[in-house]
Amino acid sequence: MTLASGLRPMALRRDRDDGLMRWLLLGCGAFMLLALLLPVGMILVRSLQDSNGVFVGLANYRSYFSTGSPWQSMRNSLLVSSITTVIVVVLAFAYAYALTRTQMRWRGFFRVMALVPLLSPSLLKAIGLVYWFGNKGLLKSVLMGESVYGPIGIIMSCTLWTFPHAVLILITALTLADARIYEAAAVLRTSGPRTFFRITLPAVRYGLIGAAIVVFVNVFTDFGAAKVIGGSYNVLATDIYKEVVGQQNFSMGAVVSVVLLVPAVFAFVLERLVAGKQAAALGARAVALVPQPRPLVDRLMFGYCLLVTLFILAILGMAQLAALVKFWPYNLSLTLKHYVFDVQGVGWENFWNSLTLAFWVASVGTPLIFMGAYVVEKPRADMLGRTLLHAAALLPMAVPGLVLGLGTLLFINQPGNPLGVLYGSMAILVINTLAHLYTVPHLTAVTALKQVDREFEAVGASLKVPMLAVFRRVTLPVCLPAILDIWIYLFLNAMTTLSAVIFLYSADTKLASVAAIHLDEAGSTASAAAMATLMVYASLSVRLLHLGVSRFVLRRAQAWRGGV
Amino acid sequence: MLFKSTRLLGALSLALAALGAQAGQLTVYSSAGADVLKIYADQFAKTHPGIKVNWVRDSTGILQAKLMAEKDNPRADLVFGHTAANMVALSQAGMLTPYAPKGMERLNAMYLPKSSPPAWVGMYGWASAICFNTIEAKNANVPKPVKWTDLTQPAFKGKVTMPNPASSGTGLLMVNAWIQMWGEEKAWAFMDKLHENIASYSHSGDKPCEQAGAGEYVAGLSLPVRGGKVKSAGAPIEVIVAEEGTGWDMQASAILKGSKNLDDAKVLMDWAISTEAMEAYGRNSEVTAVPVKVPRMENVPANIAEKMIKVDFDWVAKEQSRVVAEWRKRYDNKSEPRK
Repeated sequence: MTLASGLRPMALRRDRDDGLMRWLLLGCGAFMLLALLLPVGMILVRSLQDSNGVFVGLANYRSYFSTGSPWQSMRNSLLVSSITTVIVVVLAFAYAYALTRTQMRWRGFFRVMALVPLLSPSLLKAIGLVYWFGNKGLLKSVLMGESVYGPIGIIMSCTLWTFPHAVLILITALTLADARIYEAAAVLRTSGPRTFFRITLPAVRYGLIGAAIVVFVNVFTDFGAAKVIGGSYNVLATDIYKEVVGQQNFSMGAVVSVVLLVPAVFAFVLERLVAGKQAAALGARAVALVPQPRPLVDRLMFGYCLLVTLFILAILGMAQLAALVKFWPYNLSLTLKHYVFDVQGVGWENFWNSLTLAFWVASVGTPLIFMGAYVVEKPRADMLGRTLLHAAALLPMAVPGLVLGLGTLLFINQPGNPLGVLYGSMAILVINTLAHLYTVPHLTAVTALKQVDREFEAVGASLKVPMLAVFRRVTLPVCLPAILDIWIYLFLNAMTTLSAVIFLYSADTKLASVAAIHLDEAGSTASAAAMATLMVYASLSVRLLHLGVSRFVLRRAQAWRGGV
Repeated sequence: MLFKSTRLLGALSLALAALGAQAGQLTVYSSAGADVLKIYADQFAKTHPGIKVNWVRDSTGILQAKLMAEKDNPRADLVFGHTAANMVALSQAGMLTPYAPKGMERLNAMYLPKSSPPAWVGMYGWASAICFNTIEAKNANVPKPVKWTDLTQPAFKGKVTMPNPASSGTGLLMVNAWIQMWGEEKAWAFMDKLHENIASYSHSGDKPCEQAGAGEYVAGLSLPVRGGKVKSAGAPIEVIVAEEGTGWDMQASAILKGSKNLDDAKVLMDWAISTEAMEAYGRNSEVTAVPVKVPRMENVPANIAEKMIKVDFDWVAKEQSRVVAEWRKRYDNKSEPRK
């Protein structure tokens, strides 16, 4: 009798916890299904149909591969993506290391600067690069006769664009370290380099591989940089653009999209293989690492970060200059006239729409993505569901925005789709953007969660502490920096997102990023730059505000880290 | 309180607009230039204050893709300002409601399809031109081109840019015109030589002129109106209409099947070819469907209308995919950037 009454509450609690997990899994799964899987499924179906919607099997694939062009585009895509990945991972690791493991000066400043490329639409970076390195550019000679319009431009632009993503993932990986190991190393008089290669690097290899995968696939699927600065250099993403936008050949565009999805599967397998070997870095008995001053390293890293920051500022500063001169490069007198936007459907309401979108994407997305990552990472829910959810979460980075946008457009316009009422509303933009941006925050959350030892939950369960209590008292505080980073990541990316939403906005929900493209199309590079700089300043203000709030929240919640 | 209720009303009207069933409201798609569309939209709003138009503007390809995707579930009432080549495709897909707007008989016959009542009506035409940067030409010792064939001279090597016909309607228009003027064989032979001089194919019809204007390239094959604007903005360029002639397309309007506000859609169609509208087009384009006497656009060559060749839009619609496939086979697959 006493035994039974002692057991029942615990069993009940277990059941309740499991039930909660199942509901969470179901909720996240439903979102993934409607926002991502069905739209992408529409594309798959389209690739098997002719232009009249008649099923033709693999005929489209046969005709696509028989022309010979896909191999060249694929080789170009692979080349550009690989080079960019190597450059970005090396640069970003050093940068993130400097931010988290040294006592160099201006760490707060450099942390903000690393995210600055996220604040600017790809158009702005392209304008900056062209004005520096174009045929009339000030630094054209640096390219030694090579043209910026081609692989060089794509690599430079993508390096700038993916750098913040990589830094974000690596900061998360490097932040959580067990000081005891380093103390032990110090006691054993292990040399600095040896400590670095034997302790630091292995502990963050999951983050490193995650960052590499994100960078590679992002560049592989990006069409923005290739379109504006790639010149005639063919990559798979611009092939999709040619089919869909140039020819309205949805079937062929779908075929190329499916070909582009291949790296997603590859990345998923790779990621799973690595993840299986990763042990939690932050054991239940871990002590947070506080970097010790190392004058030489600190000074070197300071110089390095300053250099990276200067490069970023030079590109964006040039774009700002472009918005202020009368006519580049022949009349360099200053003017504000490019800030007067006299074009149909372009105005301040575009800003308001962008801010609204960014706010909702960040505020709805952060809890959703974190919950999803929690379900994936914590072993309570069933294995199959978790694996599927994780696979779905990795898919968005492999789906070019253009494809997701087109898939959503086709999906929502299916006759009889009850979601059709959302078409043209802000809600569809929020859902679509969230699905588009899902992967990096998911990986960030998973990396953060991975470093919380599963022991915590096990101990919690055996001490009859409800899962929610463990979540609130341990998981949430440990992951708070990552959660705050996810919010701002979503916000900033939603501000500049373009390729997915271009098919989905309506007259009432037109975004600033779309407006900037329209200004460029209307022939005014300077006005487009002007609009884009306004977006940068708006985002920067939000970022600084976020930094202030984060400091305050973290100081209260992170006392356990000690010394923060 | 007042603020709240107006906000509520606003939200309500937005919701109704989304359903598209409200009289006095039109959802109109357009691929006309965003700068000129504002002029036409403002003008229409002034003379028809009772009709609220929700304008959705995007580039030609994006808009056409959107229209085709919405085929079974049309959201717009009207397409105002979209190319004839695309209108033919929409009409063939059965997506247009034929309507004969008032005053149609005044239109130049070239601006109407053969069917009656017409599925769409043309408003104004646009052609192609060479934007030629005189400062960069002098620096690089490049002679001024007057014909398309001048662009194949060795002096132009690596200094010419044109839109990619696979992604830009303007690029396709040029290729089609060369084929229609010279026949397939001669046209492809010309393009073979031109390809040797092309530094880069861009994905937009306006970009080549902007790049020529900014001195990135010496010659940009582009649009005359864009050329005029870039020049007016201060670029040292000449806008040249090739002697042999230029292809052209038009901006046309049509009512979409499934429009829930046919009455107002017809009003806008009537207005689209009214004299008032034609005068507005005349000030902002090269040639209009109904001749009007208004000041020409600054810096746009005066001889464009004479240089426009006869274009068979049905041929264009029918042959488009074959021509693009051939072009891609010849040039796109090996269009690595040149040094």
